[in-house]
Amino acid sequence: MASPALEADHLTKRFGDFVAVDDVSFDVHPGEVFGLLGSNGAGKSTVIRLFCGLLAPTSGSGRVLGIDIAKDPEGVRRRIGYMTQRFSLYDELTVRQNLNFFGGVYGLRGRAKTERLAWAIQMADLGGKEDLVTRSLPGGWKQRLALACSLLHAPRLVFLDEPTGGVDPISRRRFWGLIDSLSGEGVTIIVTTHYLDEAERCDRIALLDTGKLVALGSVAELKEVFAGRAVLEVICPRYLEAQERLEKEDWVHEVSLFGDRLHVVVDDAEEGRRRILALLESDGNTPATAERIVPSLEDVFIHSIEAQGGKA
Amino acid sequence: MNPRKVWSVAWKELLQSARDPLSLGMLLGVPCMMLLLYGYAINFDVRHIALAVEDNDKSAVSRELIASFVNSTYFDQVADLPAGADLRRLTERRQAKGVLIIPEGAARDLAAGKTVPLQLLLDGVDANTATTVLGYASALIAAANVQEVAAASGRLQLAPIDFQPRVWYNPELKSTRFLIPGLIGFILMLTAVLSTAISVVREKERGTMEQLRVTSLKPGELILGKTLPYLGISLLATVLILVAARFLFGIAVAGSYFQLFAATLVYLIGALGLGLLVSSVADTQAVAFQGGALISMLPAIFLSGFIFPIRSMPRALQIVTYAVPARYFNVVLRGVILKGAGLESYPQDMAFLVVYALVVMGLAYLRLARKEV
Repeated sequence: MASPALEADHLTKRFGDFVAVDDVSFDVHPGEVFGLLGSNGAGKSTVIRLFCGLLAPTSGSGRVLGIDIAKDPEGVRRRIGYMTQRFSLYDELTVRQNLNFFGGVYGLRGRAKTERLAWAIQMADLGGKEDLVTRSLPGGWKQRLALACSLLHAPRLVFLDEPTGGVDPISRRRFWGLIDSLSGEGVTIIVTTHYLDEAERCDRIALLDTGKLVALGSVAELKEVFAGRAVLEVICPRYLEAQERLEKEDWVHEVSLFGDRLHVVVDDAEEGRRRILALLESDGNTPATAERIVPSLEDVFIHSIEAQGGKA
Repeated sequence: MNPRKVWSVAWKELLQSARDPLSLGMLLGVPCMMLLLYGYAINFDVRHIALAVEDNDKSAVSRELIASFVNSTYFDQVADLPAGADLRRLTERRQAKGVLIIPEGAARDLAAGKTVPLQLLLDGVDANTATTVLGYASALIAAANVQEVAAASGRLQLAPIDFQPRVWYNPELKSTRFLIPGLIGFILMLTAVLSTAISVVREKERGTMEQLRVTSLKPGELILGKTLPYLGISLLATVLILVAARFLFGIAVAGSYFQLFAATLVYLIGALGLGLLVSSVADTQAVAFQGGALISMLPAIFLSGFIFPIRSMPRALQIVTYAVPARYFNVVLRGVILKGAGLESYPQDMAFLVVYALVVMGLAYLRLARKEV
């Protein structure tokens, strides 16, 4: 296999006593769509900021496209694209002025600049909108313009930090279409998100929790965590009481709460279903359903984080 | 250093300013407005003082004396008081700043060669005005004395010592002539510091600064791109102020325009650097505005010799003024504008301005080139 597009090797970042990134190691393959997942404060953005050279690692090392992030942050920056959730654009400038500015800042000029700008407008589907003031654009357009600005210098690797935050579902889907086509052109994409449906679209994902890497692999691989076990979705009137009750049983591996539903992990689906019904019926808390479901990534994450917590 | 990248930043900065009428108004409009306000409002000249007169003599001599006060244009006669009028009421109600009392028989006594006691009551609440008025009155009486002596002796007689003071560079002792160069220093400091500080902090607030840091833009390119447009706008503001000073206050530049702009350029580089320094500390536009206004305005008004003479400050404050660039700029500007002097007359002041610009820009560079923000 080709050398990795990005490598994290025992990467650690401390802010005083706070460990934002704790001994994280992983590789990203060229052309891969790699998802960094985790809740707020899990360390996703810090990892990206380390790789963009905005922060220096406390210990460990990282390489982007073969360049060491601590030794040559400028060399890294020249070769990467970076887009944040905040769509860092100049609101009072027009679409074209924004593209022109970022093109200039990336050192483009002459024909190359004209060509890249035309490519960007076409890619982001902003044809005919060039002279609109950015402030007046809907969120989805701003998002595509921000992506276009970060791709003007044709980087081989792009960091997208929560790129779909605050954007409507249709624009999100459209944006992921763009990500897929970029990946098809061989661009490596590292994306953070907290939307699980987006995570399912990544080739591989890394799950971070309080700065630690708790799971790494393809979506299918991670789902195999549940191999040989079944996840049952239980809907019953007093779900909090039921959760407490089920957690005490040794034949129940895990109980997690999704809104007003319980996901219960057991060894055997039929056996588990029978036992759950019997147990909750005796409490007068008869479930409306206790059905086997296909585990979602969310089940995987909760499982991974709890397993990690159990070890510590 | 890539000039194209610098130009990209500078052009973007100009586009943003043009789109934001508020910031452009602040940069060009506020200086002219301040010039008008300060030029007319800060006026230490005392004229047309309300004077009440109690003429108990009603003679040709007394009338002539009163006329000499009124004709000087320093005094306006607002009341003709009868003997024994309530003078206290008059001054308490601020109807008159002063009362001139001429005793009965003044003409008779003068003719007889006696000394006539003449009384001037002054409202001393405003000490500055009272001192000035006292000076005017003493001069008028001295002139009257010379005439009386001449008249009494029957021939034109010269005073034994003829004191003829002449004031150079500002013969009418108009305070605007003195204030306007200082005003330029103050206004430029304020607008240059605020414009750069706010433009950088705005990028921090919106997250575009982080975006710029991820591009291959070097700190030097960013600093140049950020300061050049505001340098240009501030120089334009200087031209506007000079035009306004010429037509509103009749103050023309006596010295060389080239040298005036050379000194202004050096001063502005220091001011813009100070703005960048403020921006590297402040995280919000509000903080940048308040901090920038405080750090630029207070020293430029109070510690620069703009209004308050440095030599009459307490020693400790005087030492502080050595670190205020406006102090040196005021000296140079007054020299060039009022005296027509060249920059070579102020080597120390110019040297300080250059050192200040270099040090402040250097510090700003170090702060903005930090690895992590």
